[in-house]
Amino acid sequence: MKSFANLFSEIDASTKTRAKVKALEKYFTHAPDQDKLWTIALFSHKRPKRTISTTLLRTWAAEVAKIPTWLFEESYHVVGDLAESISLMVYDGTYFASDKTLTNWINNIQKQRDKEEEEKKEFVIKAWKELNQKEIFLFNKLITGGFRVGVSQKLITKALAKVLNQEENQIAHRLMGNWSPDTTTFESLLIDENIHADLSKPYPFYLAYAIEEDPASLGPISDWQAEYKWDGIRSQIIKRSNEVFLWSRGEELVTDSYPEFTSLKEVAQDGFTIDGELLVIKEGEIQSFNILQKRLGRKKVSKKMLSEYPCAILAYDLLEYEGEDIRNHHLNNRRTLLKELIQKWQSESLDIPIIFSDSIDFESWEQLKSIRSTSREKHAEGLMLKHVNGVYKIGRKKGEWWKWKVDPLTIDAVMLYAQRGHGRRSNLYSDFTFAVWNEAGNLIPFAKAYSGLTDKEFGEITKFVNQNTIERFGPVRSVKPELVFEIAFEGINESKRHKSGVALRFPRIKRWRKDKPASEADTLENLKALLN
Amino acid sequence: MKLIEFTTKGLYCRQADIYIDPWKKVNYAMITHGHSDHARWGHKHYLCVHSSVPILKHRLGAEMNIQGINYDETITINGVKFSFHPAGHITGSAMIRAAYKGEVWVISGDYKIENDGLAEAFEPVKCQHFITECTFGLPVYSWSPQREVIDDINRWWNGNVQNKRPSLITAYSLGKAQRILSSVDTSIGPIYTHGAIDQMNKVYKRMGISLPETTHLKNSFDQKELSKSLIIAPPSTVDSSWGKKIKNPSLGIASGWMTIRGNRRRRGGDRGFVLSDHCDWKGLLTAIKESGAQYIYPTHGNTDTFSQYLNEVGYIARPVKTEYNDNSLNETSVE
Repeated sequence: MKSFANLFSEIDASTKTRAKVKALEKYFTHAPDQDKLWTIALFSHKRPKRTISTTLLRTWAAEVAKIPTWLFEESYHVVGDLAESISLMVYDGTYFASDKTLTNWINNIQKQRDKEEEEKKEFVIKAWKELNQKEIFLFNKLITGGFRVGVSQKLITKALAKVLNQEENQIAHRLMGNWSPDTTTFESLLIDENIHADLSKPYPFYLAYAIEEDPASLGPISDWQAEYKWDGIRSQIIKRSNEVFLWSRGEELVTDSYPEFTSLKEVAQDGFTIDGELLVIKEGEIQSFNILQKRLGRKKVSKKMLSEYPCAILAYDLLEYEGEDIRNHHLNNRRTLLKELIQKWQSESLDIPIIFSDSIDFESWEQLKSIRSTSREKHAEGLMLKHVNGVYKIGRKKGEWWKWKVDPLTIDAVMLYAQRGHGRRSNLYSDFTFAVWNEAGNLIPFAKAYSGLTDKEFGEITKFVNQNTIERFGPVRSVKPELVFEIAFEGINESKRHKSGVALRFPRIKRWRKDKPASEADTLENLKALLN
Repeated sequence: MKLIEFTTKGLYCRQADIYIDPWKKVNYAMITHGHSDHARWGHKHYLCVHSSVPILKHRLGAEMNIQGINYDETITINGVKFSFHPAGHITGSAMIRAAYKGEVWVISGDYKIENDGLAEAFEPVKCQHFITECTFGLPVYSWSPQREVIDDINRWWNGNVQNKRPSLITAYSLGKAQRILSSVDTSIGPIYTHGAIDQMNKVYKRMGISLPETTHLKNSFDQKELSKSLIIAPPSTVDSSWGKKIKNPSLGIASGWMTIRGNRRRRGGDRGFVLSDHCDWKGLLTAIKESGAQYIYPTHGNTDTFSQYLNEVGYIARPVKTEYNDNSLNETSVE
């Protein structure tokens, strides 16, 4: 735990990439293999199964700190992180030098699963007594999950590549998929010759940046291919050794939730990986993200669900073909192979819900611009621009792929409720509920948003909230309806569940309208007019 | 009628017609200490302890009418007995005691109970009514002894010297800066300060308080000279054109707010040193207990929460709204 705690401190103490990679390299050189594996897992948000509930942790922490539970909760809202709050309140300045390894701690935590509550309590309180504040924080994190340390997969990949003397691309690929330190070893995950020992292993996604400049600056249009940027879930569908695997962008294996795709087992081809967008497509019509949400996160899917919200993939890239990694082929070639593959299934009248995502014909950037402006009607977020000779890269890279989204919809709204944020924004009011006026002159809440402002602005708002609180509901405060913000969002749908009758897609704060009094904010009527 | 009232101009003693740390202009103000949210400009008469007079004059202007008084000395105004007692917050900080016909109030200003070796050490004062700050009035705030924090700062400074990086540490120009200066290991390297701190150091030195040798870091300097140095600067100057001239510094922030990881990350500091001129949670509770008061009035900080807790454990507490700075987010936050 000591060396893991040191690694954590070093990473946490720096905003510089180089220092972080250096700290990781040092750790990957010295730590025991199983600790390394756990560290990679934890930093990639693969947390061990929770064996002790946070409710219990809260109760015990208040007990150890000798404070009422309401005060514990109040303090937690100020700190914004449960593991950290507990560590600050239970640590009494004394600890024992403990040399248990990270893996040892994790195993001990795992063992608590079937224990009685009293035994769990004894284990946790003993740990809190044994460790120092920083270690208590990490120990709690091992239970609660959610390490946010400012280490991207990219940095881990970089450090591992250096230490293991391998290509970064190789490492990135090896780290994909749903491996767990319980089921694999450092050796087999990162060093073993056979990278496809795990049949289901997906490829790292190539992600695009938003284009900031005029696309005309990209050069001749003949170099570029345009497609709609579909508003669904980015997915990879894999068939290897006659098994089918569906991965979502969050590196989640979701095959069982989408039985539509089991029909792929019937096709003759094997050893391919398709990159595309998962969507609900009913009777040939692409449905909104709002509809797709009815399928997301559901483990079991009823027949009714399947017939009401049938899913399909709009396929736009092919990464593996006939068992061969073809990511280094040009986009044009990959798409030609993809198109042939899908056409073959169609010609055989196989019912495979995978559709080729056509590229858009255009003669000029101007023409493309006007096509882009109609994206929303097609349930697309805008366009994707891809260089026809580009290879399939790893992660977010500039140059050959760009997303060119339509401008968001906007509305001016009044802030009604505020709640303190987490992490970097702990102690700042940063999560807000916004409202618009109805005909009777009442403010109707319609959206929550928490991003889009600077820390300085959040600071100013926090001051306002402190001075203008009307009522407190736990961590939430209702405030005088005075501040007006321009809220941007990607889409709007009718919703019976919401008081306002609408649900927004990805609402965020565009800017603070200091020039507008609350009375001049938009009305519910204005908002609903955007439905069409 | 209570001896001390809470008015829109500040804490007011009607019987004596004086204000304590008022935020609007008044005729007669008693001042607990020199920080700008307590000692404001524009009152006709000021009274503070002798060691606070040069600080007030430096900040508010030499022409201001500022009288000094000794700690523990009593001044009687229309029957009300006032006296000033060490608050341990910064040099010249005091808690003000007011007594009239058996009713005793203490106004704490800002205070800390740990002796930092520089400010006059805190002494508890018995009273019935205690007006207390509670800037860090939550159980998450718990300070390590100053020695340990300073050792940490020394280690960080030493480490930066090895890497040839200047150590830039932020600290409020009155109090915290001198506290750090007087306790770090000066053998590690040379110490530079921002102009505001340099000015304040001169005020301290004129009072006969000895501080280690420092150099005022002006607008032009040789980067190489800084590689072994500790530079002490007010928080707001780090992002100024002056602060940006210091190349590749390791940024340390010395403040009680650094207890919380999110605060440090938000300010982009490399290291947070939990060093405060206020009490931590336990310190506040100790001070309140030692005051012997039944009636507690928390002013700035987490006043609602703190009052609720005090009520639960048997005090009669009521939060008071003041205009003292309780804004943890303000970069220049007085601490």
